[in-house]
Amino acid sequence: MKIVMAIIKPFKLEEVRDALTGIGVHGLTVTEVKGYGRQKGHTEIYRGAEYAVSFLPKLKIEVAVAADQVAKVVEAISGSAKTGQIGDGKIFVCPIEQAVRIRTGETNDDAL
Amino acid sequence: MTFKMWIRAGLPALLATAASAVPALAQDAAPAAAPALNSGDVAWMLTSTLLVLLMLVPGLALFYGGLVRAKNMLSVLMQVLTIGAMMMLVWVIYGYSLAFTEGNPFIGGLGKAFLAGVNEESMTGSIPEFVFISFQMTFAALTPALAIGAFAERMKFPAVVLFALLWATFVYFPIAHMVWGSDGYLLAKGAIDYAGGTVVHINAGIAGLVGCIIVGKRIGYGKEQLPPHSLAFTMVGASLLWVGWFGFNVGSGLAANAKAGLVMVNTFVATAAAVIAWIIVEWIVRGKPSMLGAASGAVAGLVAITPACGASGPMGAIILGLIAGVVCFFFCTTVKNALGYDDSLDVFGVHGIGGIVGAVGIGILASPAFGGAGFGEGIESIAGQLWVQIEATVITIVWSGVASAIIFFVLNVVIGLRPSVDVEREGLDINEHGERAYHT
Repeated sequence: MKIVMAIIKPFKLEEVRDALTGIGVHGLTVTEVKGYGRQKGHTEIYRGAEYAVSFLPKLKIEVAVAADQVAKVVEAISGSAKTGQIGDGKIFVCPIEQAVRIRTGETNDDAL
Repeated sequence: MTFKMWIRAGLPALLATAASAVPALAQDAAPAAAPALNSGDVAWMLTSTLLVLLMLVPGLALFYGGLVRAKNMLSVLMQVLTIGAMMMLVWVIYGYSLAFTEGNPFIGGLGKAFLAGVNEESMTGSIPEFVFISFQMTFAALTPALAIGAFAERMKFPAVVLFALLWATFVYFPIAHMVWGSDGYLLAKGAIDYAGGTVVHINAGIAGLVGCIIVGKRIGYGKEQLPPHSLAFTMVGASLLWVGWFGFNVGSGLAANAKAGLVMVNTFVATAAAVIAWIIVEWIVRGKPSMLGAASGAVAGLVAITPACGASGPMGAIILGLIAGVVCFFFCTTVKNALGYDDSLDVFGVHGIGGIVGAVGIGILASPAFGGAGFGEGIESIAGQLWVQIEATVITIVWSGVASAIIFFVLNVVIGLRPSVDVEREGLDINEHGERAYHT
């Protein structure tokens, strides 16, 4: 089992969800996050006051999948979240030690 | 006789197209010596009074509230509401009397303290004196509340409220008397201030400037992020200010007459011109036209036309609006930064400077050569009017500046102006009022 974590542009969420549904992924967790990478921040001006906003709003999505699905999921996310512009985000894949479905008590791959 | 009875008596007469019956009715019932009540004027003045109340709450409260950080939202709303309520009481206790009864050229007397001697039959022109008192009450409530934007987010609640009380007593009432009192010093000189450019806007703008300098900058000013928390509220507030301002300006004629039409169109076009001027300059200088810029331009235009709305022609009003938009933009964005004072919500940059543009500008634009309605009484030329306007402006600046400084120094010594660093960091809402504007 792996967890695929992706930081994406907020307005790309629907496309990513459609792409994941299309390859049979039926669960997804979304968190609103802030951060920066190569995109850095931007400048906001209120009357004369300039503020450098260094943390930009992004969405973090997390998908838990069986190990053999990881490549497909990564491909779906990177295809659908891509604009080609700086700030498209990143994808991280981590191992999962254990998974439990709370309602039934099923474990690991059965719980995904 | 009550107003309701008047309106009931007047309405059928109007419906029967016998409009001339209305003044006749008034004359029949009023004491022989008193001026005739005009139900059209009364109806408009009741409406105007409520429009100015709308400027205070929620107009000004939201305009200012949106510009502060979320942690100080309630403190601003609370200061505006409390000052308004307090001033309404102060007004009937002694404010009205000091401003509008005869005394000396600089301050009225106490003959009408506690509204002594005013009753349902008392008249001011063609409206009941109670309506006039209520209308002017809203001005007295609004003006000290305007000033607090300059030192928002960093002054203790008791200091803000006491400042408003003392400032109204020693600055607002005397200046109002000088400009509007029947024996007022500036009125006698022929100064034009139709709806309160000096009394309200320059006055409050200077008080704000002095206050923000004495109390000092907000923690983190120039180093940390202090952006507005909701420009949507600011837009709603600015819009309500614009709507309410028709009561402020048009109502200042105290009549629903031909002049009211001129004042109305001036209040529209000067504001529109200032919005367009501000965003065009901002677009050129900063690269983007901002909503906050447009809203600020609207208020700058409204401020500038306030003293001028009765004497300027519509084209003069547009010129005034364009100038106010550009000048206030540079004051808020460039001059303030260069001088380094922290006028949090640009009270001086918009109200002080916009008021000066209007009060001085009308010295020129009142000339019939610019389509104006003519000079003040006893004044023949642009130079003469301009000189009186400058004199009125300088007197207001000096009086408000010196008195405000004294009030802030005294308050600082006696009760302290500034909350502790921790309180300011965490926000005034939770520490001074025990509540938060938003829960997540």
